[in-house]
Amino acid sequence: MVPIAYYLVLSGILFSIGVAAFLIKRNIITVFMSIELMLNAVNLTFVAFSRYWSQAQYRLNPTNYLQVNGQIFVFFVMVVAAAEAAVGLAIIIAIFRARNTLNVDQIDLMKL
Amino acid sequence: MHLALFIIFGGLCVAGALNLLLQRHPINSALSLIVVMSSLAVLYLLLGAEFLAAAQVIVYSGAIMVLFTFVIMLLNAGKEERTHGSKMAYVAGFPGAAILLSLLTYIFLSHRAAFDQAGLDDKFVTGTSALSAVLFSHLLLPFEVTSVLILIAILGAVALARKEH
Repeated sequence: MVPIAYYLVLSGILFSIGVAAFLIKRNIITVFMSIELMLNAVNLTFVAFSRYWSQAQYRLNPTNYLQVNGQIFVFFVMVVAAAEAAVGLAIIIAIFRARNTLNVDQIDLMKL
Repeated sequence: MHLALFIIFGGLCVAGALNLLLQRHPINSALSLIVVMSSLAVLYLLLGAEFLAAAQVIVYSGAIMVLFTFVIMLLNAGKEERTHGSKMAYVAGFPGAAILLSLLTYIFLSHRAAFDQAGLDDKFVTGTSALSAVLFSHLLLPFEVTSVLILIAILGAVALARKEH
């Protein structure tokens, strides 16, 4: 038996590492990857709370207790993350064509 | 059993995330992110989310990370260099992330008894049928809207990445 709080702590650890990587990394692709890491941490929170809600519901009503709303949230987050990754990487390719660099310190102007 | 699996794969998750943070070369970061996502799929299985575990492997560690490694290889990304901006980020980044982590950990662990314990019973396994029963009845409109979103994203990605003549 594992307390569900441990899953939440694990997702907190992953989210904090994602925040640190987002701030510290200088390569734009790695910065983008740390955003994906943060999204994954939040997904783990959603799944853990979905399990918690199912268990709480089981004690009230043992016939019809499965709660899937949290998992459906994760499903939509995955869909949006896939779309976001495609568009974001296309933007990174366009930036690289225009500037010839991937360092975020050198990509600080809106104009070309 | 559950605790042992949780410790193994949770440890793999944290190790992969730390490796993402510490590696200088983006391709190493991408590969360690694949480790994180695959072990998260195992954690989803432990929590009874069957469909999401499969989707995590297929969508995240399959499609998205292949896209990332493809772009890294396409752009021939080398080691990142240290600049003045990165020193500022060290000063602000590590303490900020540590404060966030300690706050979250304190809140979750102080309410540990209120959150339940999860075991390895198949009472709470949510299969594809339970998920799709909700997805295709109450949430049919959002589901269809996401397909339009994906279509727009494909068109946008092609338009952005195309070479201009």
